[in-house]
Amino acid sequence: MSTNVLTPIDQIGAQERVARLFSRSIKKESKVQALHLSLRMIDLTTLEGKDSPGKVKQLCYKASHLHDSFPGLPNVAAICVYPTMVPIAKKALEGTGINVASVATAFPSGMADLQAKLDEVSSVVDAGADEVDMVISRGKFLRGEYAYVSDEIAKVKEACGSAHLKVILETGELVTLDNVRLASDLAMDAGADFIKTSTGKVSPAATPPVVLTMLEAIRDYQVKTGKKIGMKPAGGIGTAKQAIQYLVMIKETLGEDWLSPDLFRFGASSLANDVLMQIVKQSTGHYQSKDYFSID
Amino acid sequence: MSKTIKWEYSPAPEGTDHIELKKQYELFIDGKFVAPKSGKYFKTINPSNEKTIAKVAEADQSDVNHAVASAKKAYDKTWSKMLPKERGKYIFRIARLLQERAREFSVIETMDGGKPIRESRDVDVPLSAAHFFYHAGWADKLEYAFPGRQAQPIGVAGQIIPWNFPLLMAAWKLAPALATGNTVVLKPAETTPLTAMKLAEIIQEADLPPGVVNVVTGAGKTGQAIVNHSDINKIAFTGSTEVGKYIMKAVAGSGKKYTLELGGKAANILFEDAAIDQAVEGIINSIFFNQGHVCCAGSRLYVQEGIADEVISKLQKRMDTLIVGDPLDKNTDIGAINSKMQLDKIKMYVKLGLDEGGSIYQSSCSVPKKGFWHAPTIFTDVSQSNRIVQEEIFGPVLAIQTFRTVDEVIMKANNSAYGLSGGVWTDKGSKIFKVTKDIRAGVIWANTFNKFDPASPFGGYKESGVGSEGGIQGLSGYVNLV
Repeated sequence: MSTNVLTPIDQIGAQERVARLFSRSIKKESKVQALHLSLRMIDLTTLEGKDSPGKVKQLCYKASHLHDSFPGLPNVAAICVYPTMVPIAKKALEGTGINVASVATAFPSGMADLQAKLDEVSSVVDAGADEVDMVISRGKFLRGEYAYVSDEIAKVKEACGSAHLKVILETGELVTLDNVRLASDLAMDAGADFIKTSTGKVSPAATPPVVLTMLEAIRDYQVKTGKKIGMKPAGGIGTAKQAIQYLVMIKETLGEDWLSPDLFRFGASSLANDVLMQIVKQSTGHYQSKDYFSID
Repeated sequence: MSKTIKWEYSPAPEGTDHIELKKQYELFIDGKFVAPKSGKYFKTINPSNEKTIAKVAEADQSDVNHAVASAKKAYDKTWSKMLPKERGKYIFRIARLLQERAREFSVIETMDGGKPIRESRDVDVPLSAAHFFYHAGWADKLEYAFPGRQAQPIGVAGQIIPWNFPLLMAAWKLAPALATGNTVVLKPAETTPLTAMKLAEIIQEADLPPGVVNVVTGAGKTGQAIVNHSDINKIAFTGSTEVGKYIMKAVAGSGKKYTLELGGKAANILFEDAAIDQAVEGIINSIFFNQGHVCCAGSRLYVQEGIADEVISKLQKRMDTLIVGDPLDKNTDIGAINSKMQLDKIKMYVKLGLDEGGSIYQSSCSVPKKGFWHAPTIFTDVSQSNRIVQEEIFGPVLAIQTFRTVDEVIMKANNSAYGLSGGVWTDKGSKIFKVTKDIRAGVIWANTFNKFDPASPFGGYKESGVGSEGGIQGLSGYVNLV
């Protein structure tokens, strides 16, 4: 089936809906619950040219030892790294149940030919990646070559085998919410398991109206096909407050089925520590210095 | 698969410790709080739990005479003679004091009227302050509002306001009257007098000359005494069409000026090329805002046939996520119905809708046992001939019909005794112009709803009223132009 019919999105309306959702007041027990859930949804991420095996190993240790002096904390969902770091992460995470996600397809620009992208995907899957975060060809999309974009996603999906495919739309380059909606529909139709906002390399990254638009696309897709597609906002989400606001957005847009790391992830590098600070604060009543939380 | 969690929002009630309420409220006449000559008081209750909040004085004919006399004296001696810029300063002062005490006013508005604190905090109180600010600015610039003419005040204005936006309606009425140099006898609704009494405290604190603003509380009889008083020069009324008609008859031939803001049965028109999710949200807000106690509520929805099933299904899902309950909770979307009388009226119409063969859908929410509550409700399978499509329900009840062509929907939208407001939802600009040009309603919103601004006039066609409030048009109702 094809759903590539333009669904218009009213920007002002989307912003107003976001403002309304974000004015929810999350206190006490519901806050603690949300903070723990946020930790379980994090894809702890390092995507820098200067990443070293040592840094990746440290990050992997942190993934399952978020704050050992505070017992009872969950692990994050996954570690997200560049392809060359997949074997290192895979080994470091052995036995933890934490997934390894790798970006692929000439991340972050996607400026490579299709075969090179497919080869890269195969190689990260062979190296043990459980999840693949691909980027769409924004240049083709903006030129209106939707069939190309769609075929590319379908082929990458095939190359993924049993690995989960997250499709990065890079919404900061798509400019309009109409485009965000169209790209979401296209990616889901072509086989995405998750749709993801951004690479984190382009500003703006995950903005609330963009995330809302994508969640609404997911909701409509489920009504039409019965399939539940996951969502991953990435980039610019650094505080517990933002994370909780997004949980409110999911709950009231898609329902509680999506309040799970199986269907929702945060792509973030600094979010975990802020959430940890809040969890400790909720328990002790005091904010600790940032220096009490490890930075890996 | 990891298991999903049940995540309920914990209660987040707005605190009430900072609220200062008296056990008993007197009348505000000639700058002082005075006991009613009637010696009578009535109770005002919190409609969300039926607890009495305070006793309020009931003004009879002699009290109204007292108030009008003090307003007349203040008009003759001070207010109409004051330099316009000085009048402006007083109004600015009211606006600032209201802003300073915004939280207190929000909480009292919610306690007395049942509306969610989210609305009283984000809409009623800030917009009330905005009306005072806006009109304060006009006080010394009236020659620019009416170029080439001289704007003279009318005299004593009798202002009777409803219970759906108690403070905001007081602001709508007082601000333009004061800015143009009139004095006022204001009567708040009997179920929601408290914020008007708190506003009287602010007016006293702002040091307005005694008698410029008088507040008399009471029910229909008190209002009647104001309408028929021979020293009143202008009646401004917001409320039901039934009472509006009575007022028109009563003032006929008396030389009194009048403006009437009455009922509505707005058509919200949704075309198939609209941004559907945003339109659904707009429809929800247009009918369920303030429990539907809104004269400009979008209570008739016309959906283009091709998207009707999708829209109705989306509306139903959205209704199920509305949080109905404690109005003081910051997460509450839908509060309590204002009074038992209004609840009975809404229930009567819902029964009527069912008897007439309509299909009903109601939110799955549970409502508290104590207090006055009604679940958000929509009707489908109804027609123009159904009374629930024709008559104003003033509650959270939406009647939905479908249409095929633009001409058909314009005809149906205009086929109403009312003409206060309307809405059009489409991604196509040309359709917006076509619809807004052809629909006879005072305000039509495009791809949004319920947007208010003090600079924008508000008023209706047909049984929705006479005259406008807000903006330059609203000022003209309070002046004689020479």
